[in-house]
Amino acid sequence: MIENTPVDVGHLTVRYGDELILDDLSFSVKKGEIFVILGGSGSGKSTLLRHMLGLERPESGRIIIGDTDIAECSEKEYAAALKKIGVLFQSSALLGSMTIAENVALPIIEHTALPARAVAEMVRMKLALVGLGDYEHYLPSEISGGMKKRAGLARALALNPEILFLDEPSAGLDPITAEEIDDLIIDINRRTDTTMIIVTHELASIFAVARRVIMLDKTSKKIIAEGTPRDLKDSSPNPLVRRFFRRYDRTEQKTESNTT
Amino acid sequence: MRRKDSSPCTYQLYPGMDGRWTLRLFGRLDIDTTPETLHSVTADILKSKPVSLQVDLSGVTYMDDYGTLLINELRHSPALRDARFEIENASADAAETLKRLGPEHATRPLPAPGRKSMNIVAELGDATIGAMIGLKFFVAFIGSVFLSTLSVIKKPNTLRFDDTIGHMKTTGVDAVPVVALISFLLGMIMAFMSSLQLTQFGANIYVASLVAVAMVSELGPIMTAIVVAGRSGSAYAAEISTMKISEEIDALSVMRFDPVLFLVIPRIIAAMVVIPLLTIFSSFFAIAGGMFIGVTMLDLTTSSYFQQTINTLKLFEVFWGLSKSLVFAVIIASVGCLRGVQAKGGPAAVGNAATSAVVTCIFLIILFDSLFAVMRSYW
Repeated sequence: MIENTPVDVGHLTVRYGDELILDDLSFSVKKGEIFVILGGSGSGKSTLLRHMLGLERPESGRIIIGDTDIAECSEKEYAAALKKIGVLFQSSALLGSMTIAENVALPIIEHTALPARAVAEMVRMKLALVGLGDYEHYLPSEISGGMKKRAGLARALALNPEILFLDEPSAGLDPITAEEIDDLIIDINRRTDTTMIIVTHELASIFAVARRVIMLDKTSKKIIAEGTPRDLKDSSPNPLVRRFFRRYDRTEQKTESNTT
Repeated sequence: MRRKDSSPCTYQLYPGMDGRWTLRLFGRLDIDTTPETLHSVTADILKSKPVSLQVDLSGVTYMDDYGTLLINELRHSPALRDARFEIENASADAAETLKRLGPEHATRPLPAPGRKSMNIVAELGDATIGAMIGLKFFVAFIGSVFLSTLSVIKKPNTLRFDDTIGHMKTTGVDAVPVVALISFLLGMIMAFMSSLQLTQFGANIYVASLVAVAMVSELGPIMTAIVVAGRSGSAYAAEISTMKISEEIDALSVMRFDPVLFLVIPRIIAAMVVIPLLTIFSSFFAIAGGMFIGVTMLDLTTSSYFQQTINTLKLFEVFWGLSKSLVFAVIIASVGCLRGVQAKGGPAAVGNAATSAVVTCIFLIILFDSLFAVMRSYW
């Protein structure tokens, strides 16, 4: 592994049957960075994420997580690579039959040799980290969408992963809750130096959290822009990118004129 | 001094004068090293029960929340309950982490896991209220099924005909092989078992009568109903409860569909059509099974077995069996749907609905069968 790039994707091409989904994507993510993968519906964001998690294998290309190429490694190496990553799924994917605390405890019990008391303590620390201290014994069906995201985040962080994948972390939440989640992501990134890869199309949260953005395109299936959110918004040569970001400008102006 | 190597974190434990101990930690304290270090330090301390423990963090190069966990667990370990506990030489980072998550924040004792506990009176009351709510729901459900049935009779074009045909296929046609196999084997077993007694009297031919009467009026309807309850009653409950928890039923209501008319009536009608037909199949295959035993083991001819079956069976038996199976059909479909509609909560609700549908169906089938038996004795 190149010391400071825990994630490195090279010439990734994905096809479902005859349909081209991702065409020759290359990018790498620096250690401790908050990296956003941006794109409209149908641009292959979710497909890219599924490949980076090793849930599917690509037609060609490399996907290096830590020091393993999960595009073509053995089951054993894949299991070792999984140790380094945590995932917050879009639906939070909490197990419905278990309480919030049990959900967070699950990976800790399975993958560490801590005694039960210490596990309970750790679960409390993780829930406190995401601000869910009082909800240990609630079932996922009894808490709100924003709390589910927090609980999912606590579970993703349970084993202190080096790389955290977040799929649409603020989608479907009201602006205030979304902002809270964004702040939480920034806060956790600052405290733990975890590399974060976020898949989203929420413009507001991109400006809040992203250090670097790549944008996928629905028609060409390629990366059409890469840079900081400001770069992309102000000076991208690609009209599609400017159009995408102009929408944010409009909403921003609207809220500004509302407040003034 | 004891020293253990669990690279890359090591520790040294100095037993001091009068039970005043010092613990020096070195290296990384993270998720990989904490569990092992915790185990061995706790074991060492437990043996000696020090009066005080000084934890020296000067050698620690990295410490995250798992490292803090180690400190917290040591602080609160039973061996150190009354001991003095000090942390020194923590780096700025470690001090910040400890300040945020350290021993003062680890409140003891841990709240007991599990849901709120209640006393027996409250639980009894809770269960009674739950049962009453269930009963109310049940009565309302039966009522709305009845009303929807009336509206379908008044306006037959409100029935979702394609759905009904689809349910007929999955409930009826797809069940034919398993019903046929079970009935054939059951007929064979009955013929064989009864022949053990009847041959002693030279009454082999009555095997045919026994199989025919028992299957057509009693076992055919029951066996078919139980098989269909297991296959389709559970499937109805699972399908509808999945729709319930994913808010599909709410969506239907909001779009001004009557969920009962949309989901329940097609299933009940399909079951009422195909379950009697399956019952006829079942009796037929059981008689074939009995005949197989009669011809191969009891020296009966096919025609005499057939003749005896025809002579024994009265039309009344056939209708009796069919009317039972019609009642069973209503039970299976409506209980399956009811359990589905009642489902609440997460994915576990789907499993519970399916299980409860099968159990309730089988119970009601046996109950109604015995009611039929009582009715018949006063016929």
